[in-house]
Amino acid sequence: MPRDQMLHKVQTALGRSAGQPPASAPPVWLRIPEIPVERRIATFREKLEALAAKTAHVRTPREAANYVESVIAGRDAVASNAPYLAECGVTALAGVRTGFTESSALRAACSTTAVGVTSADYALSETGTLVMIASPSEARLISLLPPVHIAVVPLERLLTGLDELFTRVPDPAAITSSMVMITGPSRTADIEQILVRGVHGPGELHVVLVGEG
Amino acid sequence: MPTAYTEKINRTIADADLQLAVYTATGRLQQNRRNVVAPDVLPEYQDLRTQANALKKHTIENLDYYLERVEAAVAHNGGKTVFCRDGDEVADFILNLAKERGAHLIVKSKSMTTEEVHLNDRLEQHHLEAVETDLGEYIIQLAHERPYHIVAPALHMTRYQVADLFEKKLGVGHEVVVEKQTMIARATLREKFLAAGIGITGANFVVAESGAVVVVENEGNARLSSSAPKIHIAIAGIEKLIPRAQDLAVFLKLLGRSATGQPMTVYTSFLSGPRREGEIDGPEEFYLILLDNGRTKLLADRDKRESLYCIRCGACLNTCPVYRKIGGHNYPWVYSGPIGAIITPQFVGVQQDPWLPFTSSLCGACAEVCPVKIDIPRILLELRSEAVEMKTREGSNKWEKLAFRLWSWVMKRPRLYEAASLFASGVAPAVEAGKWVRSLPGFMNVGPVKAWTSVRDLPPQPEQSFRALWRARQGGSR
Repeated sequence: MPRDQMLHKVQTALGRSAGQPPASAPPVWLRIPEIPVERRIATFREKLEALAAKTAHVRTPREAANYVESVIAGRDAVASNAPYLAECGVTALAGVRTGFTESSALRAACSTTAVGVTSADYALSETGTLVMIASPSEARLISLLPPVHIAVVPLERLLTGLDELFTRVPDPAAITSSMVMITGPSRTADIEQILVRGVHGPGELHVVLVGEG
Repeated sequence: MPTAYTEKINRTIADADLQLAVYTATGRLQQNRRNVVAPDVLPEYQDLRTQANALKKHTIENLDYYLERVEAAVAHNGGKTVFCRDGDEVADFILNLAKERGAHLIVKSKSMTTEEVHLNDRLEQHHLEAVETDLGEYIIQLAHERPYHIVAPALHMTRYQVADLFEKKLGVGHEVVVEKQTMIARATLREKFLAAGIGITGANFVVAESGAVVVVENEGNARLSSSAPKIHIAIAGIEKLIPRAQDLAVFLKLLGRSATGQPMTVYTSFLSGPRREGEIDGPEEFYLILLDNGRTKLLADRDKRESLYCIRCGACLNTCPVYRKIGGHNYPWVYSGPIGAIITPQFVGVQQDPWLPFTSSLCGACAEVCPVKIDIPRILLELRSEAVEMKTREGSNKWEKLAFRLWSWVMKRPRLYEAASLFASGVAPAVEAGKWVRSLPGFMNVGPVKAWTSVRDLPPQPEQSFRALWRARQGGSR
């Protein structure tokens, strides 16, 4: 069997025997800086806007829904099942379809709709990143197929950066089959290094932070 | 070096458009990297490199343990790990699976590992359509070329060449605007994503404890390849393992910065198995192919094992004076630049291309930018000595051998050396400071000396030799 042969080859090459425990791994290296929430908001917005994403910081869920409505601007939209979107009233907006639990229906809707609306499990200030964990509340395709993606994120979920994320979620595989970190709109520079947005994923990204800083 | 290679390289050097394209692109990538690893921007950069090196070293030295670990974790997530010794085994596995599931169309996101085993050709021979979906990879697939650069595969092509290619292969109008070209590719490939039965991705990291692959990208094609089709196959070399998800906090800070100067690429996917109960979308089946293809050979070599630490960021290519001149297609295998010069001979055998470790000036720039601190120049030297020991170059350059023997004889005799350097400064052509001596005076510029200097320039002679300066200094302090 290739498997056994390969493992045997690796063991022989390394001078290890079958079942030998590993040497102890270098300790985990995570450092979380103390950064006040106002600074975190400012950095998050600055990093994302440098990537040509649009950001907003609003105080109340109602204002968040208004913002989303203005971006949708009468077009079709698909919203995820995130409870926070319902709480904000986003799912009740005109033209917004939601409540998909079945893969093919969701996929059909997402391949034709103009706007995908989601929340995010976390946001990382340091790099302007959204963290999307697949679950019954958040599907993979809503932030991927439509040309416009809007994410509505309560401020409590705004972390400093990767180190804090991996402290809160030490092993994403324990809770999901897919965790995606999104940093700005889809882009490419494969032809003559000329930047083009929206090559396969959304070319337009809006992030609304909600809450009192 | 075989003449065929010399001729090809000369053609590259004479191609002004290509030289400009490669020089500009690599220069920009270099500068982007430098901007984001500067001490005031990322003070912990050197610590991150040290940590990344330690993690890779640990994983490689205990690789059998981590391979079994990841296999168990993938199974726990509902997926399956497939160990493949070479490209044949990879192709067999995929062909069988495609046949069993009735899949005819495969979407692929960028993977150097699949380039290594020519997966697309193998699948096409069996009438499967395998479509590259990264824009650069899509272009070179249409052009039937191999990647020019680890990170930017179509770096050598102009928009006009892309326009010709799209017109010919896709039957669209002659479109030279890059934005519009991109949208043509988007529309064509979007249909493929939604129709494909299998999606194949590479893996930048394989997390042993999680049974997960991590894929970084900017376009979204890897997300689509791993989310839209019913089957997701991830393929990785066995050296891509890292112990824990938390180690990503180190590696992700280095990879994007070193590759393109991005603190985070647009999409970083952490994918651990098929869709779980309650999740709305995602693949129904997940396979992790772990490929050997020469890697276990390298593992046995303690001194050169660190070649396997590479995370394929391409920073060494961008900084390499040789790569920047000869480009990516003059290296004999899919991996180019300094990392290609060290892994190609080790994966496919030093005998194959014994000249490859010599395509370096040993300037050390590659080691300086390597995010996992691979000592590339040292490994190049070791490979050179192996090549020489195997006598593969025997007889190829007797003059050079003789010259070096003479050189070492002179070097061991200080007075003779001094006389020789006096002679050299006497005959050396006068050039302005900062310029180079491009050829020697006529009476010396003959035969093997001429051949040797035709590809080498010398710095101008200083006004005073080091020995003279040293004597003056000793005299002054006395």
